[in-house]
Amino acid sequence: MEFSTVVFYFFAAILLLSGLRVITAKNPVHAALALVLAFFTAAGLWILLEAEFLAITLVLVYVGAVMVLFLFVVMMLDINIEQLRQQFWDYLPIAALVAGLMIVQMVLVLGGETFGLTAPAPKPADYSNTRELGLLLYTEYVYPFELAAVILLVAIVAAIALTLRRRQGVKWVDPAVQVKVKREGRVRLVNLKPQKPELKAEEDEA
Amino acid sequence: MELFQDLLGPAWTPVWTLVKIVAIVLPLLTAVAYLTWAERKVIGWMQVRMGPNRVGFFGFRLWGLGQPIADAVKLLTKEIIIPSGASRGLFLFAPVLAIAPAMAAWAVIPFTDRLVLANIDASLLYILAITSMGVYGVIVAGWASNSKYAFLGSLRSAAQIVSYEIAMGFALVGVLMSAQSLNLVEIVKGQEGGFWHWYWLPLFPLFLVYLISGVAETNRAPFDVAEGESEIVAGFHVDYSGMAFAVFFLAEYANMILISTLTSLMFLGGWLSPIPGLPDGFVWLAAKVSFILLLFLWFRATFPRYRYDQIMRLGWKVFIPVTLFWILLVGLMMQTPYGHLFH
Repeated sequence: MEFSTVVFYFFAAILLLSGLRVITAKNPVHAALALVLAFFTAAGLWILLEAEFLAITLVLVYVGAVMVLFLFVVMMLDINIEQLRQQFWDYLPIAALVAGLMIVQMVLVLGGETFGLTAPAPKPADYSNTRELGLLLYTEYVYPFELAAVILLVAIVAAIALTLRRRQGVKWVDPAVQVKVKREGRVRLVNLKPQKPELKAEEDEA
Repeated sequence: MELFQDLLGPAWTPVWTLVKIVAIVLPLLTAVAYLTWAERKVIGWMQVRMGPNRVGFFGFRLWGLGQPIADAVKLLTKEIIIPSGASRGLFLFAPVLAIAPAMAAWAVIPFTDRLVLANIDASLLYILAITSMGVYGVIVAGWASNSKYAFLGSLRSAAQIVSYEIAMGFALVGVLMSAQSLNLVEIVKGQEGGFWHWYWLPLFPLFLVYLISGVAETNRAPFDVAEGESEIVAGFHVDYSGMAFAVFFLAEYANMILISTLTSLMFLGGWLSPIPGLPDGFVWLAAKVSFILLLFLWFRATFPRYRYDQIMRLGWKVFIPVTLFWILLVGLMMQTPYGHLFH
């Protein structure tokens, strides 16, 4: 067996196990961490497929940013997993439909040879995946790429607009004003004449 | 060497790579140990104290040079206490999650133009991806400890690291636009020609943003709200003791050295000498890294801790717009006859 085959089965086994842990773990935090492991192992598999740019981006975007926010939220929620499990049978038909569709897709991809698809030839070692991808994205696919970017931007703006609330009476100091503060604006020197403490007649009356 | 190569046969490559990894990690850990010593000494002098000066070797005090080793032995022999409500497995795994990325990133760091473990094309992306994993150690530690102080610390740290990573990433975009490569060796080679050709000059705002974000990323003072002794005791590692705590400590200092090295490679010409006539070499890289590490210590001795909302404001409302503007400027300038100034 070739070394890369050993590596593939090793990664695939970890990927399957961690995927299973995502849906079987009782604790949602453990499930989220298993998902992190699954992403990381999938990135390893992609590197085996000579897609190093996609693999590194997967780690950078999903593991480094998306899952951190996921964990962030999941840790603070008080999720009752038993309550969620009671609805298992309600969701079963939809889940079966999704699973069926995924099986069809997998058959189409994995059985590609019967439909006349051929695997691309392995590239030489100095072939730069990143460079090729960049060239394609910014020449041939520049409009779809820009469209995707604009859609993402809309999503960002929408998310902010949905959660933004302007509260009244918030104590807020403009940092620019804080920085510009000068001694003259805050301190006033007053020339007071020396005074003798007087007897406090009011206090005696009270 | 050829004798060994014949002797080991197909096992030669993994063994030789392993030797190279040890040759990187051992000096790195020594540097981490002596960085803690340097920190205590430097901050001591800045505060008109002596710093550690008792523990030496063979009866000589040697300015306290034995202190880091004594500290390590002490921590190794301490008991690791696991809180009764902790999630045991994750509690013990969190320090590993913290230190593994700090070590793994060194795989692609070039020390000179030929001294590099893995000279890969997308080394800058690899570093971005690996260092973004470092936050998990902090988050998992805070959650697994089952303590509110630790949890508060980990939430603060997660928000802070995710925010400053964006500014850092944008600063790197500027660098790779100038160098036109993601390869760290190529990036350094693009800065040839002495002090005034290094990228700190054309990318000065990005250099500042990267340096300050680096301090925030490593949770160092004045951005150390994740530990914040005066508010949440010691933040995410409040429940850790003995070697488990020491590993977090190691990870923080290894990250400091990593960020300093990256700053030197990308903005300060790496192993290139500042004066064109002098020979290039590892010495220059070491000198630049030491200088930036001194800045880290200097910041800690100088500035009071930032307030949390100020940290977030600085990250999102100052650094990200600055980097975006400068990337746009660099991109536009490259289309003009003055483009060579930015290469």
